[in-house]
Amino acid sequence: MSDAKHNIDVERLRRHYATMGLIRAFEDAAEQAAREGKVTGAVHSSVGQEAIAVGVCANLRQDDQITTTHRGHGHSIAKGTDPAKMMRELFGRAGGTSGGKGGSMHIADFSVGMLGANGVVAAGIPIAVGAAHGAKLLGNGRVVACFFGDGATNRGPFLEGLNWAKVFTLPVLFVCEDNAFASTTRTKAVTAGDGPAARARAIGLHAADIDGNDVALVDATVAELVARLRAGDGPMFLNCRTYRLRGHTAADAAAYRDASEVEARWQHDPMKLTAEQLQRLGVAESHLAGLRQAATVRVAQALAEAAAAPYPARATAFTDVQDVGAPA
Amino acid sequence: MSRITYQQACLDALAEEMRRDPRVWALGEDLGRGGVFGQYRGLVAEFGPERIADTPISEATIMGAAVGAALVGTRPVVEMRFSDFALCAVDELVNQAAKARFMFGGQARVPMVIRQPIGMWRSSAAQHSQSLEGWYTHIPGLVVVTPATAADNKGLLKSAIRCDDPVVYMEHKDLWQVPDDVPDGPDHLVPLGKARIAQAGSDCTIVTWSRMLSVALQAAGALAKDGLEAEVIDLRTLWPWDRQAVLDSVARTGRLIVAQEAVVVSGFGAEVAATVAEELGPRLKAPIRRLGSPRAPIAYSPPLEDVLRVTADSIADTAKRLCASG
Ligand SMILES: Cc1ncc(C[n+]2csc(CCOP(=O)(O)OP(=O)(O)O)c2C)c(N)n1
Repeated sequence: MSDAKHNIDVERLRRHYATMGLIRAFEDAAEQAAREGKVTGAVHSSVGQEAIAVGVCANLRQDDQITTTHRGHGHSIAKGTDPAKMMRELFGRAGGTSGGKGGSMHIADFSVGMLGANGVVAAGIPIAVGAAHGAKLLGNGRVVACFFGDGATNRGPFLEGLNWAKVFTLPVLFVCEDNAFASTTRTKAVTAGDGPAARARAIGLHAADIDGNDVALVDATVAELVARLRAGDGPMFLNCRTYRLRGHTAADAAAYRDASEVEARWQHDPMKLTAEQLQRLGVAESHLAGLRQAATVRVAQALAEAAAAPYPARATAFTDVQDVGAPA
Repeated sequence: MSRITYQQACLDALAEEMRRDPRVWALGEDLGRGGVFGQYRGLVAEFGPERIADTPISEATIMGAAVGAALVGTRPVVEMRFSDFALCAVDELVNQAAKARFMFGGQARVPMVIRQPIGMWRSSAAQHSQSLEGWYTHIPGLVVVTPATAADNKGLLKSAIRCDDPVVYMEHKDLWQVPDDVPDGPDHLVPLGKARIAQAGSDCTIVTWSRMLSVALQAAGALAKDGLEAEVIDLRTLWPWDRQAVLDSVARTGRLIVAQEAVVVSGFGAEVAATVAEELGPRLKAPIRRLGSPRAPIAYSPPLEDVLRVTADSIADTAKRLCASG
């Protein structure tokens, strides 16, 4: 059993469960709001992938940094971004993480080292590499975690970024969320070779390839990898096998895959697995239900606040463009 | 005539051209499931996965491989899904596709169509909303097409596929579901480089393209109520563009507004305005006006996004002011 195997302390696992529950509640609410037209832009849910966000970020200091993707709500929450500010951003309101200018795909919170989600697949990889390069130049001891999907491993910046990180011995942890899909395409159908970890090893990176739905395993693995980053061993790679339990976006019914396949994958839902581990460690289901309920309440409050928040002042459409030659 | 959507029109166009010419094939992400906007729906069932090719997320290689495949005699239709992502393949398009014929002394042609949808599509934000058509008009070797109606999306796509030059073909994301009367049958071709007078008028000329056409027509409708007749010209193709149609019109009306969704600064409207100023300057009854987006990235929040839009009101107000002078 992974709880015994990883010798994880109950309190730590309980906290992971609470954060995963917060992400789950946020994603469910965001998708629902998108379907109701309250969230006007695309929402890419990370339901089923929460253990990766939580297991990785639990090993980062607040001043360590991350980059993420279009499917980045979970990473932001796990890194410490306020879900209420995120929800406002999804609603395009003042007080959102980007003042309503970015939306779901451009959430960022530099105050907790969240250097931005991205609308362009794989674009976060070179940026994370550069952030690690900067950390090395500045000598501030920070490390960078770079989240991306399996589909991104087919873009050139993946190869270029990994090679760069290795050549410059940079403190960056590449985290591939290998969720089997890239939009409506099964990644395997368009990807040669033995997977992301094999590609990373070919470039000389140390690579772990694990069950990304097992939060204790992710936590323990990342603890080791981050210790090596901090020791100056250069870039590390982590492939987390998981499954995208929802459609590509809230608008995607994912009719291109069998309901039975998805149902089987729900048996391996990280929330369920973690709850079972905690119960084995003696935590009562009623306590876990309380944690889930607290998350639901917190997100419901965020949702209500976001819906009531004012839209940003129109003049902000022209702020933060540039200093020299700014729009008149 | 059939009443079909912009999306159905281009689906029909591609299917007809693929039936007509076995060298035509399409490549891009998610095409096997119909593409990101459903504009390839059902094609894989008829043509199979070799001719409707599902690719990895590898824009540079999608574009570059299409160049190679075009050089050896196939006719690829490349799908970039958003013009924003085509930026990941600009070298392959601008340095390779556009220049191969010339650099190699005419030994080879690059007959390919590069589809890259443009435009604002509610809350798509800064990386999924841009109108970059003006950029490509700057590049010798490229043809640039911006269809505004279903009829044109059928006729122009067919012409683009039959063209031996690389054609940057920019559909607008907000038009997919808009219906129009489209001529039936596989012979409906719209020539590249020919504008269409969408509405005739004698008081001022409004030159536009892509989704802005419907906004300009709305403005023309409002102006008619005030007794002003605007002539609305849909350029349809930006390179080559129909200078003669525009010059003929402005020679009659003496007033020109160019309306575009793209950022005004260095946009294609500047080319139209400069040409008209050079050719007709002294004969103009009023200064030329360009309308378009202020030079700011496109925000997510609906009211901020709307600040950047050219509206029918702003076109009509501008036209009224021009018509009041001169
Ligand atoms: C360069 C680029 N190409 C295509 C897209 C469209 N797109 C958005 S998400 C996505 C799938 C990404 O798959 P993956 O990297 O596995 O991440 P996941 O969505 O599974 O989290 C695609 C093709 C994009 N945003 N950027």
